[in-house]
This record gives sequence, structure tokens and C-alpha cells, in this order.
Amino acid sequence: MVNLGIKIHELDFKNPIMLASGTCGFGEEISDFLDLSRLGGIVVKGTTLKHREGNAYPRMAETPSGMLNAVGLQNKGVDNFIANIYPRIKDIDTHIIVNVNGSTIEDYVALTERLNELDKIPAIELNISCPNVKEGGMAFGISCPSAEAVVKAVRKVYSKTLIVKLSPNVTSIADIAKAVESQGADSVSLINTLLGMAVNAETRKPVLSTITGGLSGPAIKPIALRMVWQVYNAVKIPVMGMGGIMNATDAIEFMIAGASTVQIGTAIFIDPTIPVQIIDGLALYMERHKMQSVSELIGSLQC
Amino acid sequence: MKKTVIDLLLLKNKQLNKDNFLLKLRSPVPVSDIFPGQFVNVEIKDAQEIFLRRPFSVLDVDYQNQTISLLVKILGRGSKKLTEAQPGVQISTILPLGKSFTLPERNDRIILIGGGSGVAPMLFLAKLCGLDPENVHVLIGARSITDHIDIEEYKPFGNFYFTTEDGSLGEKGYVTNHPVFTNKLNEFTKIYTCGPDLMMKAIGRIALENKLFCEVSLENMMACGFGVCLCCVEDTKAGHKCVCTDGPVFNVNDLKW
Repeated sequence: MVNLGIKIHELDFKNPIMLASGTCGFGEEISDFLDLSRLGGIVVKGTTLKHREGNAYPRMAETPSGMLNAVGLQNKGVDNFIANIYPRIKDIDTHIIVNVNGSTIEDYVALTERLNELDKIPAIELNISCPNVKEGGMAFGISCPSAEAVVKAVRKVYSKTLIVKLSPNVTSIADIAKAVESQGADSVSLINTLLGMAVNAETRKPVLSTITGGLSGPAIKPIALRMVWQVYNAVKIPVMGMGGIMNATDAIEFMIAGASTVQIGTAIFIDPTIPVQIIDGLALYMERHKMQSVSELIGSLQC
Repeated sequence: MKKTVIDLLLLKNKQLNKDNFLLKLRSPVPVSDIFPGQFVNVEIKDAQEIFLRRPFSVLDVDYQNQTISLLVKILGRGSKKLTEAQPGVQISTILPLGKSFTLPERNDRIILIGGGSGVAPMLFLAKLCGLDPENVHVLIGARSITDHIDIEEYKPFGNFYFTTEDGSLGEKGYVTNHPVFTNKLNEFTKIYTCGPDLMMKAIGRIALENKLFCEVSLENMMACGFGVCLCCVEDTKAGHKCVCTDGPVFNVNDLKW
């Protein structure tokens, strides 16, 4: 049996396969399809301090090998999460990680303080890269000073594993990664969606209510791979890679490029059993290549 | 009802009229309970620029023969590609999805109003509701006689009425112009409808004005179909609700109609 375990900061993951925020709800929505306890981790739906209704319909456009979304962080707020959702999911035998969003630094801090109290949430993913909200979100993730400021503030109040989710909508993602590392981030996850747009030629109207939205799916995989490789070479903290992973081979490619873990996102919409297929595929690959540990795979790109 | 991702064998793909096809699929395992209004999310294979599954409401289930029938109307590239599938191929589906219509009670007298491919769950409900056919009234609207599908095998389950915009079958006009709707609406204890938005809204508003029970089945652009992407929302009185999991069937009282 190969060992798929991997350590990120102080956290031992049973395998490197995680579910990406915004594509798996709180896990329970897809529990009919797969055994959640087989996963390395689940990053649950983006949470904000207050309830958010999200953007108006239409929020989605299918694109070649992918899709645009403009959901806009629809969620019922952290109080609802703690009171109603957390008790239902806390005992799932995997790492439950909460994706944290805010419009201001104060929001991020207040939200993080609430989550720090929850025993069964061993990590947060600080989302400074949502492209679909008017205030905050991606604005924090596209300049080094603002990324540093929010990570610095959150680090002061958060004692557990702090992952920062980076935006690809920047000139140098490696610089942003270094900036958040310098303020105490324990890991970076990337990439969030790429800002895109769809137009209806017949009506000459935008397809999305927000005009622009976030592109995901296999269409963005080459960009995501490139960014994971760049960030892996720029920072010492572990990288969580994502962007268009549809099968085990895709996941392995991300790990070769430098990802310690990978997150499966849009693929879940097509087939929610894909994450466990990827775990099995990764184990088979490692056996075939006579690898004992996933650490042999991480960053093993031979240039 | 546990949701599953499952490959079904395409047994039959029959063109019913210009845009509508009947697809009959066989499951390798006993079919889980599927109720009228629920849908199946179908993968469209080997089609350029088609990435997401396409949702189709269920027309019929034969538990003994483990088959599911779908009425597929060509609306775009995805549905077109699906209608070109040849019997013998495996088609990946996710099922059963969504909430069904509230099944009528024994003393109910119901009217089912379908338009376009929305006729599928109406026929399924007529067949499955278990009421005396005297108390089941099915009103089907279309543009022209050539857009109607053959409903012969469903006739024993209720009284059927038709409208066409050109008058080529049944009453000329819309479903809301048919005498069974205009004159007898208050005789019904439950109204169910599935079809084009404008049709459902017209029916829904009249039901609201008359304080009648009315359930509508909404259609929306979906990415996942099982409540994780939050793309297919309807703006209801209780905020954004997912058409795929909170619906597709909604009571008109809950909508901002």
C-alpha cells in the first residue's frame, strides 16, 4: 500500500485530494455520491460575517472546456454556519476547512475570530481572490501591500493553519505569494477563477447579470499549472494547486509542478464521484512508478 | 432517495415531431423511486464546446423493466447532440434530482397544464397520481398541431384538452384561453403546470388571484444539478433558492410572481 499522506503546516492530510470551496457546498450535499471520509480535506462554501444573497440570475455561462460563474458568495453568514452547519459536519472524518471572505480587514478578522473557536475546524482558507463581489474579495489579493495587510491582521487572531487563496488576475502571482508568506501564511492555495466574460451575439447583452465572472474548468488548467510552478519556486510554504483538474493525471501534473495537495472544483459539477476516482488513480500511479510517498512526487518536475 | 451517478443504456431514440424526441434508457440496477417533476442530469459526450450536463425532467419510469423515459426537446447544442445518440450507447446520468410535485390527495380534482417539453412531468403525474381519471384534467398547449406529441397511451389516466396558437388542434389560442381553464378553474383543488415561463406566470397569477393551490416547475441554467454551485437560483420571497434542489417545483405562493 502506498502512503498518500501529506503534512501541511501542522496538519496531517490522509491524502492530497481536497474539494475546492464553492463546488461542494458543505460536503453533505454530495455525500450520496462519495464517502467524504476518504478525502484529504473539504474546503466548504465561502463564508462571510453576514448573510449574503449573492448576485442576480443569470450567474453562469458555459464556455469551451469550462464555465463562468458569478455567484457572488451567496451564504447565510458565520452565525448560521456555527449554529446549524458546523454541528452537522464537524464529525466527518476529514479536515473541514472554512473559506473566509470579507469586504474589509475588520470583517476578515471578526470572522476569523469566530472560526478560531471551533475545535473541528483545523484551518481556514483566506479568500482574497473572489472576482464576483463589488467590495473586498479580489481587491485584497491583487496588490502586495493589501494582501500583506489582511494576512497580517488575520494572523494575529488565528492560531491554527492559515491558508491564503490567491488570485490569478495579477501580473506576478509569485510576488503575492511571497507577500502573504512574509506575514505568516502557512500555505497558499491557487488559483481562484480567472476574470472572464460572455456575450450573447443575438441580444448584444452580457450573459451574466454582473457582466464579468470567474472562469473555471479545464480551460484554465495550463495557466493554473504555470502559476503553481512559479509559486512553488518562489516560496517555502506548501502550495495547494487547483484549476481545471478533471482526473488523476491532471492532479499528478499539479503535484509534479509543485503542489503538495490539490483541490477538485468544477469537475464535481460534471461527476461528483471524480474526487475518489482521483485518489484511487493517484495510488495506482505511485505504485506504477514505485513511489513510497507523495513527497517524491511534489515538485519533481525535471526541466 | 439516494442520488447516484449511473450509466444508462439507450434503448430507443424516437423522433416524435420536429423538435421532440423520446429517449428510453435502461438502468443496470433497479431504478430508484422517481416522482413527477424530478429530473435527470445527462452528460453529453463527444460534443465540442459542451462541458456541462443537461437537465431533463422524467416522462415515465418502468420499474419492472428498469427503464426511464425522457422527453428531449431541441433547445440548443446540448439537447441537439443528445437527440443524435444512437441506441446501444451508454449515457451517463445523475438521478434522481430535485423535488417533485406534491402528489394529490384522494379527494382532489386536479388540472395539469403543460406546454412544450413541460408536458413530460404533467403526463407522468397524470399516470402516477392514482386519482379517478374523472378528476384528472390535462390541458396541453402548443404553437401548432405539428408541435404536439402523441399522448394516446396516457388517455386512460384523465380528460385531455388541447390548444394551439394557430387553431390546428383543439381550441385556438393559449392554454389560459381554453374553456376548461377560463370557466371551470374554481372546480379544481390543485393546479400543476410546467412549460414556458410566460405560460406558467399567466397561470400562476390567476391561481394567486383566485387563491388556488398551484405548483409550477421552473427551468433554469444549471451547472451541477445537486445544489453545490448555486448558479440556478430563483429570486423567491425567501431569497435566492436553487431551482435544482429547492425546486424545480415551487408553490406560486413562494415566488415573486
